[in-house]
Amino acid sequence: MNQYPNAVTSIPSSALATNKLIRNTYMLLSMTLLFSAAAAAVGVFMHVSQGVALISNIAAIALLWFVLPRTANSATGIPVLFGITGLFGLGLGPILNFYLSVNPSIVMTAMGGTGAIFLGLSAYALTTRKDFSFLAGFLMVGMFVVLGAALLNIFFAIPALFLAVNVAVIMIMSGFILFQTSAIINGGETNYIMATAGLFLSILNLFTALLQLLGAFSGDD
Amino acid sequence: MDWLKIGSALFLGAMLVYLFPRMRQAVKHAPKGSNKDWLNFAMIIAVVALFVLLLISMV
Repeated sequence: MNQYPNAVTSIPSSALATNKLIRNTYMLLSMTLLFSAAAAAVGVFMHVSQGVALISNIAAIALLWFVLPRTANSATGIPVLFGITGLFGLGLGPILNFYLSVNPSIVMTAMGGTGAIFLGLSAYALTTRKDFSFLAGFLMVGMFVVLGAALLNIFFAIPALFLAVNVAVIMIMSGFILFQTSAIINGGETNYIMATAGLFLSILNLFTALLQLLGAFSGDD
Repeated sequence: MDWLKIGSALFLGAMLVYLFPRMRQAVKHAPKGSNKDWLNFAMIIAVVALFVLLLISMV
């Protein structure tokens, strides 16, 4: 005789919904990362210029700001997200071409490092289930300051500021990964398309900053 | 100055304009963390920083 007739149904529905959200987010994230990597490979082989990369990044940001929030609650959100990640991938073409021609091991190290940091931070947030929502203000201010510094450095081209910006981006994106993963677990984010977009952007920025930092310290450029 | 620098500057400027109201809102409405929360976060970031230093030493 079954002593626990309701053992399966006693799992709270919110926990099931959270597990489904986590599963869908990580599945979509892995697919978008693969798609973005394929687009980046196209960018590398076609020797995409910096101008095309800039236009590609602007188009991706425009889709992210103005189209994705309106389509994220429907099936249209998925092709839009793939469009965004593909455009960002294509935009990586020139920087990847540069570092692949200088020292290909830098690209591999940056890729492995990004993967290790993302997996480590996600695993920490998922297993401890800590709430990192208190980071919201700090991360947004940090991002604002970093963008301001990057804007200034376009005109002044100070190497130390370039390094500082990249170090800050790595720290801020690490914080964003904790913040976004904790939002998925604790109910701050309930849409897996928006959750994927947030995590994808953190991984992309982390990879780019790590690549530039490793490139700067490798002594090859 | 080439158009690429101007384009990048306009792009970053637009991002700053877009981010500013969201940053103010986040600062006003985000829950406050305890000292323990911040210490925990600082330790995680320190581990990330050590890992990045390890990666730098490898290249």
